Amino acid sequence: MTATADKPATAVVDTVTLTIDGTEVTVPKGTLIIRAAEQVGIEIPRFCDHPALKPAGACRQCLVDVASPGPDGNLRAFPKPQASCTMTVTEGMVVNTQHTSEEADRAQKGVMELLLVNHPLDCPVCDKGGECPLQNQAMSHGRPETRFVDVKRVFEKPLPLSSEILLDRERCVLCQRCTRFSKEIAGDAFIDLQNRGAQQQIGTFDEDVLDFDGYRPVGAATVDEAGKAFSSYYSGNTVQICPVGALTSAAYRFRSRPFDLVSSPSISEHDSSGSAIRIDHRRGQVLRRLADNDPVVNEDWISDKDRFAFAWQNLSDRITRPLVRKDGELVEVSWPEALAAAAAGIKAATASDDEGSARGAAVLTGGRVTLEDAYAYQKLARVVLGTNDVDSRARSTSDEEQAFLGSQVAGTGLGVTFGELEKAPTVLLVGFEAEDEGGVVFLRLRKSLGRQQVLTVAPYLSRGAEKLGATLVPAVPGREASALAELPADVREALSQPGAVIVLGERAAEAPGTFVAANEIVAATGARLAWIPRRAGERGAVEAGALPGLLPGGRTATLKGAREAVAKAWGVESLPTAKGRDTNAIIEEAAEGGIGALIVGGVSASDLAGDVATALGRTGFVVSLEVRRSEIAEAADVVLPVAPPSEKSGTFINWEGRLRAFATAIRTDAMSDHRVLDLLAREWGVELGTATVEAVNAELAALGAASSTERPAAPKARAAGKARTKKGTAVLGTWHQLVDEGALQDGEPYLAGTGRVAVARMSQATADAVGAGAAVSVSTESGTIELPVVVTAMVDGVVWVPTKSPGSWVARDLRATAGAIVTVKGAA
Amino acid sequence: MSGSDDVWKVNRERDGERETFESNFPKRGPFLEALAPVAGFGVSLRNFFRPTVTEQYPKVKNPTMPRYHGRHQLNRHPDGLEKCIGCELCAWACPADAIYVEADSNTPDHQVSPGERYGRVYQINYLRCIFCGLCIEACPTRALTMTNEYELAGPTREGLIYEKQDLLAPMGKNMLAAPHPMVPGTTDGSYYRQEVTGAVDEQVEWVREHRPEDPTLPENRTAEEAARG
Ligand code: SF4
Ligand code: SF4
Ligand code: SF4
Ligand code: FES
Repeated sequence: MTATADKPATAVVDTVTLTIDGTEVTVPKGTLIIRAAEQVGIEIPRFCDHPALKPAGACRQCLVDVASPGPDGNLRAFPKPQASCTMTVTEGMVVNTQHTSEEADRAQKGVMELLLVNHPLDCPVCDKGGECPLQNQAMSHGRPETRFVDVKRVFEKPLPLSSEILLDRERCVLCQRCTRFSKEIAGDAFIDLQNRGAQQQIGTFDEDVLDFDGYRPVGAATVDEAGKAFSSYYSGNTVQICPVGALTSAAYRFRSRPFDLVSSPSISEHDSSGSAIRIDHRRGQVLRRLADNDPVVNEDWISDKDRFAFAWQNLSDRITRPLVRKDGELVEVSWPEALAAAAAGIKAATASDDEGSARGAAVLTGGRVTLEDAYAYQKLARVVLGTNDVDSRARSTSDEEQAFLGSQVAGTGLGVTFGELEKAPTVLLVGFEAEDEGGVVFLRLRKSLGRQQVLTVAPYLSRGAEKLGATLVPAVPGREASALAELPADVREALSQPGAVIVLGERAAEAPGTFVAANEIVAATGARLAWIPRRAGERGAVEAGALPGLLPGGRTATLKGAREAVAKAWGVESLPTAKGRDTNAIIEEAAEGGIGALIVGGVSASDLAGDVATALGRTGFVVSLEVRRSEIAEAADVVLPVAPPSEKSGTFINWEGRLRAFATAIRTDAMSDHRVLDLLAREWGVELGTATVEAVNAELAALGAASSTERPAAPKARAAGKARTKKGTAVLGTWHQLVDEGALQDGEPYLAGTGRVAVARMSQATADAVGAGAAVSVSTESGTIELPVVVTAMVDGVVWVPTKSPGSWVARDLRATAGAIVTVKGAA
Repeated sequence: MSGSDDVWKVNRERDGERETFESNFPKRGPFLEALAPVAGFGVSLRNFFRPTVTEQYPKVKNPTMPRYHGRHQLNRHPDGLEKCIGCELCAWACPADAIYVEADSNTPDHQVSPGERYGRVYQINYLRCIFCGLCIEACPTRALTMTNEYELAGPTREGLIYEKQDLLAPMGKNMLAAPHPMVPGTTDGSYYRQEVTGAVDEQVEWVREHRPEDPTLPENRTAEEAARG
């Protein structure tokens, strides 16, 4: 795989030569006039035209004079000015824009005047003021004085389309960018144009709400054109592309003006896509985030979570100074004191007792930290604490997954890319919900709707999968491996087409044998594999070796040669040889009192199915590196504050294997995890060498990727047997919805309102069998979740609930993961 | 010799051929030319025989010209709602970057200005302000005007950053302190067209219910205040 993989092959393209404002320009055939003009630096005013949307010709602002040669070869002018955003160029065409044609200029001024007839011109209270294409183009192409003296049309404002997206209809110029985005790109029914003439507005078609299919946002919402409550994970993009201030977001409403803001490019910390974003901040506070254009990754779009979920880092529970537990209370202390206390505590807790036996230390880092941080965590564990008990996966894990990651993911560089995923003729999704767990991956797949066959191995066809036109390969949760083994012949055939991709989600670890089964299909069909985890730091942690059995670059920690190579690079005598334990095993061990000291960074206790509270309680000494006073920080003995992503620099590695480095957006004195760990290691007299991003990257570069002899063996595992459900029980299916109650979405009620209402899904037969009424209770020994039932066409004997949505926290309440047998009862 | 030396050389040559300066003023005769060095004392001499005009400031404060650019004031509508909508246009216009505004949404329980938006934070830094008045010209609601107050000095930096409460106009007759709802049946447009002339009973009732202690309620106004209006 080379870095040029995303570039299209240079093929001979047909070109057309035309003249725009007297300048000759040669462009590929099929280019729109407005694009051709851009290439020679001629700006034609426009509202509805957007390079990522299909041409619409809705606003008429881009009128230009066009003449093209007729059949006799003589230049013939069009009788009226033409919309340059819908007309493609032809050979010998002569275009005169407002710069050279009075006619075009007059036409544009006329359109602008008509657009402004009903525009409220309430720029002083409009959020778009200062960055508004209408304001700018009215200044450059409009009349200086208004001739309209009558009363303007007014609508009640604003109309909340959802708790986040607000519509001021009187400002709308009916360009339909929003409706086109929703239909073409996101695939979500939006509200649409209705009425005509002066009363034409973006509104809803039918009043009657159709059957509720379980997809309803938590907050209030306007009904969409299909008559259902409007709910979309991508609605924030409409705010960004609306060329006027008709669509605004509740979170940014009246917050600021563009000239107040400092914009810093960054990378979203919310998912493994590594979307390019722009952080706009004022006086050290993030006010909004926008999508940045990155053609090879997220194109022009980001998910609402990327856009709106940033309040968490500045909530009142932010930790700014180190805390040390004194007499049972966490009290603020200086950095030197906290570091000394942390080191002393860890040393004491892991020291040998009188009988000479010692409890070990372990390190847990949630999958949210950067590559550099993950590297520092694992180096600290191996060099200072002398253990392989370090894991970055705060979720379901398996040894099979680790073998897969070590042998096929770590250190393999750029694998399947967004572009290749888009072009793949067939995509098989395993343990991966593109819309809920993929963010912009979903938009890339949807871009190929109709040109690509999408298959999803899941218990039911989710709405996201439906929007991709996906075919369901039914599977009982936890038994995806058997579904893969029994894949019908036509699917296997489709996967043998060149370019076909199999996507494995992080939930593949919940189903034993899935990686093995996927590898078998790959061997038989030649399809390519892509591993798309949910969290931003997962891939980076794999590369950095923050897994119990993996050293940096995909070296296996159980091979002597690999260990020696790393030990030599680090300048230490040896690396620990004992087999490391994964997150769940560490928690289990700790709950039994087997762990002396724990260093935890960026983990939400509620994401883990294990008994975290007991584990923390019985561990000798807990050090927490946190941004906020999380549950784990509250239980820790020493809390060291670290910087949230906007206040530090670092690198995420997205699922493609692409390095997504970002710089500090807001300068504060908060330190990154890797720097704090470097300071901590000094307490042992160890120079960890992770003080700066540059130092870590230099070390990583020097280490490089593992050679094939240093890698772990390919995954081996047996598929799970058939699920045995008794009467009144079912197999649990679950995944995270994109907008839910994850810790990084705290403090943003408007976004939370666009998340989907939690429901339990089961087939009619299952519902009948368990006697489900309007609601069911799903329970294990540890707890119960009660949710309304939505009967869905799906695999029998399975109940699906969202993982962390309001009223449905599976890990915390049920202590179970997908594939577990749960008791299901009808509830009132 | 580097390129820049070349440039200097050319420049020096050009300097060398500079034309000599010639005044446009008419040439004086030989007598005036001779007196020229002491002519400046004429001004001093003249003033020896004029009345003294020492300003007795700060003992005596002379009124300024009526349109003197003094301290700013944030005005109110006749019913006491603030005129400022937090649009930041004043901050944008200010050449000295002296104004800082943060807006927020009005809510039914907290209506500070007519319409949807109000200025939650409003600061003018008088260490920066050059009293040019461009902010006044920018303000779309006539919320911001300038008074004739010129005594803007102080011992601390913080003290010279005036906050909203320092800039707000005093409560006039019939005014009721914000926040309180708009006059029933009006829009922000009615306010701009000056159709609202004072606080009405509904607004007084609302304030009475929510802030019975409010000093601008009719019953809480002292006789002296009421007389002053
Ligand atoms: S709301 Fe905005 S994007 Fe949508 S049609 Fe109106 S002006 Fe266009
Ligand atoms: S008077 Fe001029 S310098 Fe002073 S605040 Fe207004 S715009 Fe700024
Ligand atoms: S004083 Fe005027 S210009 Fe300044 S924010 Fe308020 S309304 Fe806008
Ligand atoms: S930009 Fe061409 S019609 Fe709108």
